[in-house]
Amino acid sequence: MTAMMLSLLFFGAGALAAALPGRFRRFPAGPLAAVLGSAAGLFSGLACLLSGDAWDFTAAWRLPLGYVHVGEDALSALFVALISLVGLLAAVYGHGYLGRDKGDGKKATSFCWFNILMASMLLVCLARDGFLFLVAWEIMALSSFFLVVFDHEKPGVLRAGWIYLVATHLGTALLLVMFLLLGRGGDLDFSRLGASGATASVVFLAALVGFGTKAGFAPFHVWLPEAHPAAPSHVSALMSGVMIKTGIYGLLRALSFLGAPEPWWGWVLVGIGVASGVYGVLFALAQHDLKRLLAYHSVENIGIIALGLGLGVLGSATGHPVVAALGFCGGLLHVVNHGIFKSLLFMGAGSALHATGTREMDRMGGLMKHMPVTGAAFLVGAAAICALPPLNGFVSEFLVYAAAFTCLSARASVWSGLAVIAGLALIGGLAAACFTKAFGVVFLGEPRTKLTACESPRSMTWPMAALALLCLAIGLSAPFMAGLVMPAAKLLAPGAAFASPVAIAEMTAGVSLAAALLAGLVLLFALLRKRLLRGRTVRSSLTWDCGYAAPSARMQYTASSYAMPVVGMFRLLLGTRVHADPPEGLFPKGASLESHTEDLMMRRIYGPVAGVLSGLADRFRLLQQGRTHLYILYIVLAILFLFLWNLAG
Amino acid sequence: MIFPMLHVFLALIASPLLLSVINRTKAFFGGRTGAPILQPYLDIAKLLRKGTVYSRTTTWIFRAAPSVELASVMAALAVTPLGAIPALLPFQGDLVFLAYSLGLMRFFTVSAALDTGSAFCGMGASREVQFSALAEVALLVGLAAAACLFRVFSLTDICRQAWAAGPVSWEGGGTLLLVAASFLVVLLAENSRIPVDDPNTHLELTMIHEVMILDHGGPDLAFIEYAAALKFWILGSLLVSLALPLRFADPLPDLAAGLIGLFFLAVTVGVIESVMARLKLVRVPQLLVVAGVLSFLALFDVMR
Repeated sequence: MTAMMLSLLFFGAGALAAALPGRFRRFPAGPLAAVLGSAAGLFSGLACLLSGDAWDFTAAWRLPLGYVHVGEDALSALFVALISLVGLLAAVYGHGYLGRDKGDGKKATSFCWFNILMASMLLVCLARDGFLFLVAWEIMALSSFFLVVFDHEKPGVLRAGWIYLVATHLGTALLLVMFLLLGRGGDLDFSRLGASGATASVVFLAALVGFGTKAGFAPFHVWLPEAHPAAPSHVSALMSGVMIKTGIYGLLRALSFLGAPEPWWGWVLVGIGVASGVYGVLFALAQHDLKRLLAYHSVENIGIIALGLGLGVLGSATGHPVVAALGFCGGLLHVVNHGIFKSLLFMGAGSALHATGTREMDRMGGLMKHMPVTGAAFLVGAAAICALPPLNGFVSEFLVYAAAFTCLSARASVWSGLAVIAGLALIGGLAAACFTKAFGVVFLGEPRTKLTACESPRSMTWPMAALALLCLAIGLSAPFMAGLVMPAAKLLAPGAAFASPVAIAEMTAGVSLAAALLAGLVLLFALLRKRLLRGRTVRSSLTWDCGYAAPSARMQYTASSYAMPVVGMFRLLLGTRVHADPPEGLFPKGASLESHTEDLMMRRIYGPVAGVLSGLADRFRLLQQGRTHLYILYIVLAILFLFLWNLAG
Repeated sequence: MIFPMLHVFLALIASPLLLSVINRTKAFFGGRTGAPILQPYLDIAKLLRKGTVYSRTTTWIFRAAPSVELASVMAALAVTPLGAIPALLPFQGDLVFLAYSLGLMRFFTVSAALDTGSAFCGMGASREVQFSALAEVALLVGLAAAACLFRVFSLTDICRQAWAAGPVSWEGGGTLLLVAASFLVVLLAENSRIPVDDPNTHLELTMIHEVMILDHGGPDLAFIEYAAALKFWILGSLLVSLALPLRFADPLPDLAAGLIGLFFLAVTVGVIESVMARLKLVRVPQLLVVAGVLSFLALFDVMR
């Protein structure tokens, strides 16, 4: 608890110090405080997870509508540890990332909001009172909004910020409804919240939409692909890696108030999971913007998390403890893993963006030679997000698969199990397509435009290297990681409906043994190859292009052409618009091809609805025309009306 | 323990032989004598003794990829059973590991192809990821059907149970036949055989797998060819285990039956390649979707 308080103190002090004016701004107080605070938070979270000591604290003073009641149990600790870990590395990275060409003042302001965001995210996970939770939730939304609009002078950034602000407040509105339904007597302390019967189902739906908007469940995901690319890369890493996970935390916390779940909650979660997963990966595949691609992949991975949690809920609702254990463990571990590899990928994208000055993949290429550390780290992240062994993504997806296969072999909830397996298989194959595209087009081959790229400074490469090592370490230590998330999973499956962890221990032991074998074999064959080539002639030459001796970088497959077959296969869903101006005549002057894939939900649902709403709002413009004397008239009329009403009453 | 090791050993020794059987079958249908039965071994030995040439465009990814490919296919071999012969390293859920380590192999093949910066390699890579995404669904849903049928989900248990019933009282035979039909398509697609891909043609535009490895040479190419042979063995073992329940209740004849099954499969693939032409590329996804549908039907058959 002391460590946690210290952590919040550091963040508060950092925010204040960063907000100081003038010459104080040269000293990097913001990043320093963020690092110290995150380290303390990480210590607190890990200590709670490893020792199992939960704590609970109620301050003597009270807020207007509730108490300052905070606490840390296994579920909070898991999220606290993840937020702190990613926050620490993102702060170091951000110090290097913003340090180059932005002014000190702007950087300090950004780190002021960064510290506030970190503190509010931790407070969201620690709050044990509905009012405190909502206050922290709102601070989190606002501070991240200010971080997103950091580059507000660039076109499109403010629009992205507004979309985010509107989306997050629509979500918060539903959370208000949820807490009102849960706190029946007006008392919002978590220990006394509860609902049953139909109310519980309404609360579940409100939580699903409210928290799902933050988490990025399709179809409430529209703000993600707008806001994440607009933000500076370390902020994208923090938002995509951990901030959206507070939505998952909130959903799980809400489930813990509701007692025994209904089976259909699990079905809904599985359905949302498959929809988000497939939708996210398909739209990611159609993107040309590297950071937008990564943002859509967050939608996909949130879908995978939802699949795990859905099976967990289903397992505890239908009395299949092994399914519940595997599902919850898989979902929670994927929360951790996605936090790690997604922040790694956003940092890698940030480095590439910094080096090339563009987010368009079709203008990049060949960065690996100029940026070896960034390239290698991005490769690890890309392989991990495709759930390839021996990296961390495989462990969590394996647990979700195992939950689904347990459903099938126990002949319980077979259709959900089938949906999860088929969904994950399709997502996995398409994710591999998407990340070979992202990695291959950006880092491999020949540069598509003239490059002056060089490797980023150490403050940017080391956090990436650390995250890449973590990906490998988690991939090789499956039993330990399953044990780490187990206490949190136990909190989610109420009562005794929880399996003995033997089955999970056996499976994860098999996974880590197989992963270790794989890693060992890679080393063995790499050495064997080196041994074989020793003393032989190894020449360099041109790439073989069927005898053509002057290949140019423009002949390479681009990101668009690479993804074209899959995008074409799903064109009905994606609705990609192509403007082609083909070469004509014997001596064509010029030709061009442009393709653009707009979000389906944005195009078909939110866009039109927003259009209708703003059309309606236009009608009220009659009342508001900027004339002061009219406004005074309104005030007088209102007072008169109230007088009359009072007289009549 | 001795028989799993024997199976792995045989796979390591004899997997190139299966490719040679396919080629001899094709030669027979074409009225030719065909290459010597040891030709794949000679090719690999020749490549292992050579030096190599690297494109100036490539990075260490291109150099590391063949080692990673061979390692991942060998890791997949460790969880592959052959009929009643268990795998070397069986665990519940190993079928996911098998699918995903083959995924790792593909990830590096494709990355190495993109590393060359050649339009041909990019074209092959693009097709490969499209087809494999569909094949993966067919594979995993087919395995799910088998898992549902036998109420276990490790490959070793599934294959042992598939052979336990014996050929006479074949319970769940319909399901297994559907899964086997689906897996045959997956096997042809994943191993770049006709009707999905043509391993023989030297016109790069018509190829998928061959065009991706155009730039590799020397020991690297030997690793890749050997890994391809092992991959055929692995997917072939799954197919044989599910489609040919020839239980003898004694490991040695079981192993022999499995090997004969694999040999028979190689002949079948040779026959398919001899009597069919490669499909038009736009037809290939349809074929793979049909394989997926067969897998789904198998699962519906279990739940009926």
